[in-house]
Order: sequence, then C-alpha cells, then structure tokens
Amino acid sequence: MLNPNEPIQRKAPQRQLHTFAVYAEDKPGVLSRITSLFRRRAYNIDSLTAGHTDVPGVSRLTVVLESDDAEARLIEANLYKLVNVLRVEDLTHVATMKRDLALIKVKANAEARPQVMQMIEVFRARIIDVAPESLVLEITGTEDKIDGLLEILSPFGIIEMVRTGGVAMTRGSEATTIHPHFVHARVPQDKNS
Amino acid sequence: MKRTGAQLIWEVLTREGVDTVFGYPGGAILPAYDALVDYKNIHHVLTRHEQGASHAADGYARASGKVGVAIATSGPGATNLVTGIATANMDSSPIVCITGQVGSDVIGKDAFQECDITGITQPVTKHNYLVTRAEDIVRVIREAFYVARSGRPGPVLVDITKDAQNQEVEFVWDESPIELPGYRPDLSALPEEFDRALQLLSESKRPIILAGQGIIMSGAEEELRKLVEAAHVPVALTLLGLGGLPAGHACNIGMMGMHGEAWVNTAIQEADLLIALGMRFDDRVTGDLATYAQNAKKIHVDIDPAEIDKNVKVDVGIVGDLRAVLTTFNERLKPQKREAWVSYVEQSRGEAEQHDILKAADDGMLYAAHVIDELRKLTNDDAIIVTDVGQHQMWEAQYYAHNKPRTLITSGGLGTMGFALPAAIGAKMACPEKEVWVIAGDGGFQMTACELQTCAQEGLDLNIAVINNGYLGMVRQWQEMFYDRRYSETPITSPDFVKLAEAHGLQGARVESLEEVAPAVTSSQGQPCTILTEFRVVPEDAVYPMVPSGKALDKMIRRPRKEPAIRQDT
Repeated sequence: MLNPNEPIQRKAPQRQLHTFAVYAEDKPGVLSRITSLFRRRAYNIDSLTAGHTDVPGVSRLTVVLESDDAEARLIEANLYKLVNVLRVEDLTHVATMKRDLALIKVKANAEARPQVMQMIEVFRARIIDVAPESLVLEITGTEDKIDGLLEILSPFGIIEMVRTGGVAMTRGSEATTIHPHFVHARVPQDKNS
Repeated sequence: MKRTGAQLIWEVLTREGVDTVFGYPGGAILPAYDALVDYKNIHHVLTRHEQGASHAADGYARASGKVGVAIATSGPGATNLVTGIATANMDSSPIVCITGQVGSDVIGKDAFQECDITGITQPVTKHNYLVTRAEDIVRVIREAFYVARSGRPGPVLVDITKDAQNQEVEFVWDESPIELPGYRPDLSALPEEFDRALQLLSESKRPIILAGQGIIMSGAEEELRKLVEAAHVPVALTLLGLGGLPAGHACNIGMMGMHGEAWVNTAIQEADLLIALGMRFDDRVTGDLATYAQNAKKIHVDIDPAEIDKNVKVDVGIVGDLRAVLTTFNERLKPQKREAWVSYVEQSRGEAEQHDILKAADDGMLYAAHVIDELRKLTNDDAIIVTDVGQHQMWEAQYYAHNKPRTLITSGGLGTMGFALPAAIGAKMACPEKEVWVIAGDGGFQMTACELQTCAQEGLDLNIAVINNGYLGMVRQWQEMFYDRRYSETPITSPDFVKLAEAHGLQGARVESLEEVAPAVTSSQGQPCTILTEFRVVPEDAVYPMVPSGKALDKMIRRPRKEPAIRQDT
C-alpha cells in the first residue's frame, strides 16, 4: 500500500544517445515531416541519414539524438503518428553495429606525407586522392574512431572534411526492439513472406 | 464515366455523406466551385473569411461527431484556414480542408497566389496531401476522411492543383477498405494492463477520475457512468470533457484545473489514485507538474500512445478506444464503496461555495456569472453553447451545468479568440433543430464579427450573447494580478452591437441590469432570425478561483469575500 505522506520516488532520467532506425514510405515530403516532428517537439537531432532499402518505395533513416528512455519512447510513439512512417526500431539497448563515413582532405607535402600515411595505416583509412600538397582519405568506422583520426591529423592541417552521420544495424538475426504498442505496419522483410 | 477532377471532389464528398461544406471561392479553386453548381445535394455555406470556414467545419464536427469540411482557394485563402486548422488539431476535431493550388507546372515558381500550404500546415494537421493528378483525387479524399475521423481524430488538408481539377479521368468508386500501411488507428490494450489498473483501483482509498474529451469523442458516456457508479469514484472533468458525465450526477464534482473549483483541485492533490480517461494533462489542468498529485498512482487511458507519459509519468498506460477499454474494464470490475472519501470530497465544497459571486449580496451590478446562470436556467439540456476564449469562457464552464455531451463547443487547447461565432454557425448547420447560443466576449467577438452576415445570408437563428466588459478581460485579469495592474492595451472599445446586428439585417438588444437578463434571454429564444444581445457587465471582475500559471494546483487565488465577512481561506 502507498504511504500517502511519502512521495513516490522516481529514478532520475538518464540521458544518452539514442539510435532509431525508421522505415518510411518513400514519398515527397516524408523527410520534411520527420524533421518537422523533431523540431516541433523540440528534440535535437544529433545526426540523420536516409537512404533506400531493398524494398522499392521504402526508405530507411537512421536518427541519432540525445534523450532518456522515457523520452525515447515518446519519440517512437510520435514517429508512428506520421502516416508515412511504417516502423520504428530503437537500437539503443540492443547489440548493434554503428558506422560513420568521413572524407578528409589533409595537408600533406612531400615532407609530411610519410607521417600522414603512417597514421592512415594505423586507422585503416584509405587514400582516394593524391595531390602535390594534399591527400584525400576515406574512413569508415565508429564515430570515436573517426574522431581519433581527426585528432591525429589536425596538426598537419585539415583542409576540408565531410561526414555522413551514423548508420546502424543490429547484430546477427536478433529481432530488434519494437514496442508492441506501436507496431502496426508491414516491414520490408515481411513483404517477401 | 468520365469526370473532371473538380467533379470528383464532389462525387467523393457525396459518397462520404457530406451534405454541408463551408468555404470561400477563389482563382485556384474555381473549377471545383464551377462543378459545385451541379451538385445540389451539397449545401455550401459562404463564410466571410476562410478562418470562419475552418472554425465552422470544426463546430460542425464537434456538434455532430461527423467530419466537417472547409474549402478555400490557394495562397491567402489557404493561409486564412490555418488558425482554424490549428484549433481543430489541438482539440482533436475531425475536419477535412480542401484547398486549390496553382497549376502543377508553376509550383515553386512563386506564381500568383501560390503558397506552400502543405508545408505550412504540416505541424498543425494530422496529415496532409498535395494532389497534382486527377486520378489521385478519389483515393486521397477518401483517405483524408478516414484519417480525419479514425484513431485520435484531427484535421487533414488536401491541396489540389488547378490542372488536376480540370483534367478528365474515368471515375471509379472503390469501396474497398483503405490501405495505409503506416497508419493503424485501431490500437488495443494489453490484458495485463487491465489487471494492473483493476488492482490499483481496488487498493485505492482515495481515487479520482479525470475525464476528458475522449469520453465524448468515443461515445463512452454510458460506460463512464457505469464505471463511476460501480467503483464509487468522484469524477473531475476537463473543459472539453464537460458534458461527458451529467453535471447533476452525484459523483461529478466539476471542472478541474486553472479555473476549476477549489474542492476539485484539492481532491486531485489529495487523491491516492488518478484515473485519467481521454485527457492529456494539459498545463492548464495540472498546474506545476513537480507538485501535481504527488501521492497518487496514475492510470492513463488514451487512444494516442504518444500521450502516455508525455506530461505526467503514469504507473499504468492503456492505449485504446475509450469506449472499448471501459467496456472491458467494467466487465471485470467488482462493485466497490468509498463512502468516506466521496463524502469528504463532497463536504469540502462547503465554505468554498460561499465564495461564489451568485451567493454575494446584490450590489446592483451585473456580473457575467448572472448572465450564464440565467442561461442555464432558461435553456434545456439539449441547447448547444459555443463559447469564445477568455473570462466568459471560464465563467460559462463554471456556471452553466452541461448535462449532455456535445453541448459545449469551445476552443480549449489552442484558445482561439474569434472561434465562437463561426463555430456556432457550423454547429447550427449540423443540428438545425437545436437551440444554439454563442457566448463571446467583446474582444473575441470583434475578431470574427463579419460572420454575422453569414448568419443573415443563411437565415440562421442563432442566439448571441456578447459579454461586454470593455476589456480584453482575461489578459486584464493577469495584468491586475501579476503585472501590478498596468493595463497595457487591454481596454477595448466596441461598436454599438445593437446597430451592428441591425446593419447585418439581424436583431440586437442591450442588457445593463440583472432584472433585464431573463426577459432578454427568453425574447431571443425561438425567434426566426439571429439575435445579438449585448450584456454590459462589471468591467473589472475576475475569474476565481485561479491557479497562477506554474503554481501548484491547490495554491489557488480565491474570490475576495465581500459579505457577509467570513474568514479567508488560505
């Protein structure tokens, strides 16, 4: 029984980066609807990537943002309210692989080049363009790994850099965390069955 | 059978059972209006402003439970709808807005009267569409109606380019169920959640039900009554929930929230269990969240999963249609008795009620409460009251006892001034046999007073009560209480309302004393034309009690007591 004099204790919410995989119909304005939702509900997107899936007409977005678990549930529920959103998976608490891709143009004249190439080797990045005074390299990996390479390269002088933002996928054949309350749509793989 | 896109609009509306639409013609919607001439089954109400059309569609929807329809042209016509759309969105009112759009070949070229209305309305609609091909019109409008009325209802906008309206295509009516793979409104609760809810209720000594508009929208009034009686629980209502349980019901303790009665808010703060049914814990209902019903466990039933845990973290969340949920709940509920708690809540009215202005000695002044009280006495339970936003709205909620659902139509969530008159036009079109009263302040009424001419053109017999205190009263009240009585731009003049009504070909009357109220009300009733009665009330009256914004729900400001002098409550 409740003690009326004692307020119910609730745990302080823990904020962390949450990663969502969002399947949506590939229709005009869908991306705008999703970003508009985040703006309207004052959720701050850390990164967002979008691309086609193996099913024609279905896009997959990876959205990363900082929230606690309760807010993440609300974000999921709100995403489902968009008519064009088919399915949402919160990948935060399941085993996933996350990858970010970066292209980095770094200063590297004849003198600095061997040192730069050594670093590239360590980080398993690839050189995709060579010019007399610079190199362009490509690296995929976790955000931390890319941040690490950037830190190492910055003394040489980074001319330009572009990153895709994270994409994520669960490991193995494990089912992802789907909130039983919200799930209501066919998912891409269901269409084959 | 070949049809133009414009004809298809009316074909679908006809098949959706629409007989009344509200709108305003213009360039990009011309083809649709041309086609309308041949659809005699659809009555078009020409409002005087597109905002009036969207409010009227909203009022129509709230009075009837059916989908309301508003039509406007592109550009300014469409943007004028937006306030009405946002109003409908906040109060989950099912409307479909059809707008014309410039030709698809010039979209994005800043053509005359071009405007990205789907972009603009994205955050304030449940869903919206841009249609550029005639062959999509039938499917899209069918989907629009389905989305608007199903699940948690809401506004849907369909923007149709002029060339799509002009194209001729084969008309095929397809009655197969609508397939929207990403939309499934028929969510239902899990059995274990019922177990937990039933257990919490049976363990509770001091439960309270918070009933919202969801009761009315899902038609769960009877199920609520059964629950209340079987579980013996006091019920507090939200503003939009008024009418969900008869005001005269023994367990109905009244409206909660910022201007709810003191005993209602105190009961909520003292409860050990809140059962929230079809309401969304708006800040006007909860006051300061950190101190809100701290000792209570909470059960929240809502059709929208995104409402669970949004403002108030709950112990049990049940997602589903309220009527279905309550039916299941009632089947499993064992009758309970809570005499001590129910009579405690009832007795706590006691002294608080003595603060009521209606109990104060006659000081020769006319108060808005007097007007509302007379209206309560002189109208029957079926009368529809449509209020605007502000002090009069709160007084109406406090003093007019609603015994039936859909008898109060008011803008709760968005708080849209200017809502009442056009919404009442919609309500009257939906329920022509019912007595419809507009209650508006002098400020809000002037925002959409042009719709008086719509009443004249339609030959409507509305009753309009303008509560005139010469101020934007609610803002003035806040300035008085929280801004050192510095009245910044709240004194407002008005036209001669009697002459205004007469200029529109309607009748007007003015009331300045208490004795004149009842005769004015009765002489307005049952007349064949719209009658506007202006009630000149005390200029600086305030709505009491009041929970200051951001304060705990039970820390309310009480009506200063005049006579006979008794101890002030703290």
